[in-house]
Amino acid sequence: MTLKTFGADQIGFLLLSLQWTILLTVIALIGGGLLGFAVALARTSQLKPVRIAAASYIQIIQGIPVLMILFLSYYGLSLAGFELPPLFAAGASMTIYASGYLAEIWRGCIQAVPKQQWEASESLAMTRLQQYRYVILPQAMRISLPPTVGFAVQVVKNTSITSIIGFVELARAGQLINNATFQPFRVFLAVAALYFVVCYPLSQLSRLLERRLHAGSSR
Amino acid sequence: MPEVVVENVHKSFGALEVLKGVSLTVGRGEVFALIGRSGSGKSTLLRCMNGLEKINSGRIEIAGHALGEDAKALRKLRTDVGIVFQSYNLFPHLTVGENIMLAPRIVKDVEKTKAREVAREVLQLVGLSEKFDSYPDQLSGGQQQRVAIARSLAMRPKVMLFDEVTSALDPELTEEVLMVMEQLARDGMTMILVTHEMGFARRVATQTIFMHKGKIWEQGPSAALFANPQTAELRQFVKSDVK
Repeated sequence: MTLKTFGADQIGFLLLSLQWTILLTVIALIGGGLLGFAVALARTSQLKPVRIAAASYIQIIQGIPVLMILFLSYYGLSLAGFELPPLFAAGASMTIYASGYLAEIWRGCIQAVPKQQWEASESLAMTRLQQYRYVILPQAMRISLPPTVGFAVQVVKNTSITSIIGFVELARAGQLINNATFQPFRVFLAVAALYFVVCYPLSQLSRLLERRLHAGSSR
Repeated sequence: MPEVVVENVHKSFGALEVLKGVSLTVGRGEVFALIGRSGSGKSTLLRCMNGLEKINSGRIEIAGHALGEDAKALRKLRTDVGIVFQSYNLFPHLTVGENIMLAPRIVKDVEKTKAREVAREVLQLVGLSEKFDSYPDQLSGGQQQRVAIARSLAMRPKVMLFDEVTSALDPELTEEVLMVMEQLARDGMTMILVTHEMGFARRVATQTIFMHKGKIWEQGPSAALFANPQTAELRQFVKSDVK
């Protein structure tokens, strides 16, 4: 058997797999965003048990490696009798991982809104829900844009960990090509370049947003 | 008929007792000035009146509402009691007009065109009609504070509370805010203000209360109180005020 060489076909395969990386990132950010938002709200609740539950969730997720979340959802659930396709396990664990971090980022943003904004809106007879919706969250959202986009970069890169359970995203595709061509330097340089092409614009966007925010206009 | 009744109110922050049995009655259309050193409890007393601080004991009744634990009743009270803060606290993400229309729209379900009408009217009252579409950060401190007053007025309150509203402003801007407040007083609004502006208290307030160590130390018609302080503490306080 002759070794294949790293060529157009392989690059096409990498590009195809890049789509899975992006899809996984999108799933993680949407799923993790929804879950993380709920946890962030719970984290700033007036009810102490709710606050503690949310804080524990965040601590647990941040305190264990993503890999363990991945193994637990892939092997753990299959032991329990659920046969999950890799995309499902990968999407679920990336969602859980992202939720833990987004919750903490957004908690910080909600708490960064000055407490006088709470007092002013409360004094205008708004309910707590109205305070969140019309006064606090619009301001918190603005503060949260740079760190959220910054975190998205981490998610893009960390999706590579799902290669371990055989999900063929960009990193896994690189491994497969390397197995067939044994040109690791070329292959992984190409893989790294593709990650960079996705992450670099996001990093720049995050920095741009941050500069805008610090420039001080309060809209 | 009294618009505000405060009866034997006690309030502590942890071990520190800041209000030690305060009682006062404010009639409709009266203007009360609360003066005293920082730490005397005057701001805390004001904040207790709309439930921003919970009292430990005593009774407060304001604009026909008894202050209590129930959240719904407290919101009802707050629709009738406006408060303006030292730091303006406008909503920075909303325009002046939106700042003013927000609470009437969502709290009192006022229809949009009506809310806009009210907003224009209260803005005119504070002399800022042309700022309807500006954002707070495009205004001076004095203008922001006048918008904050307008925002409260748009709820059609029966009582207005002012918590050191000119303390963050330089003299020129202070004047424009005080003029708005004086106009309000003349129009018959029941007002309680914590202030360091002794001249303003003397001129505009019907009664002045001097607070000291968490108690009402001295109280009386403003002119008499300033002209003829009865206690050594008030004499000292009035003397130390250069204005």
